[in-house]
Amino acid sequence: MRQFLKLIVRNTLRHKLRTGLTVLGLLIAVLSFGLLQTVVGAWYAGANAAAPDRLVTRNAISLVFPMPLHYRDKIRAVPGVKRVGAANWFGGIYQDPKKFFPQFAVDGAQYFEMYPEYRFVEEEKRAFLRDRRGAVVGRKLADTHGFRVGDTLPLRGTIFPGDWSFTVRAIYDGAEARTDTSQMFFHWDYLNETMKRRVARRADQVGVFVVQIAEPARSAEISQAIDAQFRNSAAETLSETEKAFQLGFVAMTEAIVVGIRVVSFVVVFIILAVMANTMAMTARERLSEYATLKALGFAPGYVAALVLGESLAIALAGGLLGIACTFPVAAWFGTQTGTLFPVLAVSPATVAMQLGCALAVGVAAALLPGRRAARVRIVEGLRAIG
Amino acid sequence: MKSIPLAYSVRNLWTRKLTTALTAGGMALVVFVFAAVLMLDAGLRQAMVSTGQPDNIVVTRRSSGSEVQSGVERPQAALVESQPEVVTASKETVVLIAQPKRDSGVVSNVTVRGLSPQGIALRPQVRIAAGRMFRAASTEVVVGRSIAQRFAGTGVGERLRFGARDWLVVGVFDADGSAFDSEIWGDVDQMMQSFRRQVYSSVIARLADPATFDALKQRLESDPRLTVDVKRERQFYEEQSAALSGFISILGLTLSVIFSIGAMIGAMITMYAAVAGRTGEIGALRALGFRRRAILAAFLAEALALAALGWALGLAAASLMQLVHISTMNWQSFGELAFSFTLTPKIVLQSLAFAAVMGFAGGVLPALRAARLSIVDALRAA
Repeated sequence: MRQFLKLIVRNTLRHKLRTGLTVLGLLIAVLSFGLLQTVVGAWYAGANAAAPDRLVTRNAISLVFPMPLHYRDKIRAVPGVKRVGAANWFGGIYQDPKKFFPQFAVDGAQYFEMYPEYRFVEEEKRAFLRDRRGAVVGRKLADTHGFRVGDTLPLRGTIFPGDWSFTVRAIYDGAEARTDTSQMFFHWDYLNETMKRRVARRADQVGVFVVQIAEPARSAEISQAIDAQFRNSAAETLSETEKAFQLGFVAMTEAIVVGIRVVSFVVVFIILAVMANTMAMTARERLSEYATLKALGFAPGYVAALVLGESLAIALAGGLLGIACTFPVAAWFGTQTGTLFPVLAVSPATVAMQLGCALAVGVAAALLPGRRAARVRIVEGLRAIG
Repeated sequence: MKSIPLAYSVRNLWTRKLTTALTAGGMALVVFVFAAVLMLDAGLRQAMVSTGQPDNIVVTRRSSGSEVQSGVERPQAALVESQPEVVTASKETVVLIAQPKRDSGVVSNVTVRGLSPQGIALRPQVRIAAGRMFRAASTEVVVGRSIAQRFAGTGVGERLRFGARDWLVVGVFDADGSAFDSEIWGDVDQMMQSFRRQVYSSVIARLADPATFDALKQRLESDPRLTVDVKRERQFYEEQSAALSGFISILGLTLSVIFSIGAMIGAMITMYAAVAGRTGEIGALRALGFRRRAILAAFLAEALALAALGWALGLAAASLMQLVHISTMNWQSFGELAFSFTLTPKIVLQSLAFAAVMGFAGGVLPALRAARLSIVDALRAA
C-alpha cells in the first residue's frame, strides 16, 4: 500500500507544470462554484431568516394595494393572535437610485417586539421611540454608508412624494449571521401624519400587517380566520407565513436563480474537460510503463487504480485549495457589493458540494484513461511511444 | 522568410482527437456562457426599445420611477392633455395583480393597464392575435401573448378575478416582443372604479413634432401646478430595465472572465504537451531553415485554431438558446417581464474576439518555449 501511494505521489509530481496548472484550474472552478452557490443561498436569505410564529397579511390583489388601518384592531381580535404591527414599504431614494436599501415605516414598539433577532442597545432604542422623526438602521447598512447615531438621513420619496428627513437614533445588530441588517426602519405614525397633510386620501393606509401568533402550529388556521374577516370587503386580504411570503419574492425572480444554478454547474464541466485532458495525455504518454508493470505481473486493476489515484490526488488538492479560498473571497465579495446581498455566508452544504464536485471530476476524468491503461496489451504498450 | 504551412498546425490537432475535443470543448462552454449572457442582455434591451415609440412621451409623478408607483391627479392629467404640442393623449392606470402561473401554480405579479381607445392607437406595434379587442366601458380585457402562454385563466373566453370583479378575456394581442406582451389591458374607467383609484398612473401622449419635446418638458416640469417627470417613451422604458440589464451583464461578464481562466489553463496544458511531444520535430524544422518566428507562429496558429473550433461549437449551442424565452420580475416595475435570447452580429464578433484572446493567452507561453529551443538540444531530445 505504501508503495502504491508513493508511486501516485511520484507520478503526480513528474510533470510539475502540468499538475500545477491543472490544480490551479480546479481551484478556480471550485472557488467560482462555491461563490455562485453562496449567491444563490443569499437569494433565500429572507426566507431562511423567517420565524415560524410570524404571519404576513397583505391585500389579496397584490402588494401594490394597501389596506385600511382599522384592520389592525380586527386582526388583533382574531383568537390566537399575539401582536400585530403595521408596516409600509417606503421605497425612498438616498442620494442616488443606485444606493438602494430597503426602508420600512413600522409600528415602532409593537414591531420590534416581534423581531427579537434585531438586537438593540436599550438606550438607543428608547431614544428612537421618543423621537417622532427617528430612524433605526442595521449594522451592515450603517457600515456601508457610514451612518452614525445622530446623523441626519435624507430620503426622496417615490411612493410617498416629497423630501423626507430622518435622524438616526439606533443601530441594530443581528442575533445570527443570517439576520438581515441592511434595512432601515422609521415610525409609521410619522409617515401617516405627514401623508395626512400632503395627500389626505392616502392616510391611514397600511401596506402589510405582520402578525405574531402564539402557536406556530396553528398558522394555517389563523391565516384563514384573518382572511375570513375581510372576505367580500373592499380590500380582501391574503395571509401567509413569513417564509411563504418571502419565498413568493424568490419565485418571481426564479429564472435568474435557475440561470445562476445552471451556470455554476457549467464551470464544473469546463474543468472536467481540462482535467480529463490532463489524465488522457498522462496515460497516453505512460502506456509503455503500464505495459511494463503488467509484464512484471501487476493486475490490470492495479494499473487502473494508479491512474485513478493520481487523478483523485490532483482533484483533491485543487478542491481543498478552492474551498480554502472561498471563505476570504466570499467575505471580500460581500463588502464590495454592500447591501445588495444582505446575508452572504458560505454554508456547510456549499462546502460539501464543492468537495463532492471535485471528487466527481477526479473520478470522471480517470474513467477513460484508466480503462485504456488496464486494457492495453503488453506487446502493444511496450511498442508505444508517447 | 518562409512560414510553416497552416496545414501543419491543423493536422497536428487532428492527430490528437481526444485532447483536441476536450480542450475545444472546455473553450466552447466558456464561449457559450459568454454569448448567452450577451444574448440575454440584447434580448432585454430589444424588448424595451421596441416598447417605446420615438414620438411618444410618458408623464409620471416626479421621481416615482415607475408607472406603478406614480400618481397623476385628474386636473394635472387634463392640463397635460391640453398642451398644444400634444396630438393624442391617453390617461392610464397601471397596477399589479398577483396571478398563479399555468404550469407551476407559482404566484407572480402581472402588470394590468387600464387605457382608452386613444391609448391603443398610441401603440401601433400591438396587433390582435386571437379573438378581438376589448370594448370600451365594459369589463372585458385582452392579454399579451406571453401572459396568455404562462398564466392561469388568461385564455380567450376565460374569466379573471381581481378588484372584486370578474373580467372576461376576449382576445390575445401580439406586441412584437415588447414589454406590452407581458401586460393585461382593459378599459381605464372600469379599472379605476374597481380598484377604487382617484388618480391616474400616467399620461402617454403623442407629439405632433418630436423636436418640440425639450420645450414641452421644460414647460411642464417647471409648471407649479404639476409635479411630474416628462420623458420620451423610449428613454422611459430603457430606464425601466437598467437595473436588471446591469445585473445580467455585470454578473455574466465576471463569470465569463473567471471561467475563461479555466479554459485558458486547459489550452496551455494541451499546447505545452504538444511542444514537449514534438521537440524532435521542432529541431528538424529549425534545421530545415525555418526561423524561430515561424515556429512561434505555427504553435500560436495551432492554439488559435483550437479556440476557433471552441468558438464555433459554443456559438452553435448558444444560437439554439434563441428558442428559449425567459420571464422574470423586473426590479424597477416589480412586474413580470418576458424576453428571449437574441443573437446579434455584434455578439458573434464579440465572442470570436473573446475566443481568440483565450487561444492566444493559452498558446503564447508554450509557443515561446517552442521557439526558444536550440536546434542541437531539440534534435538530441528526439
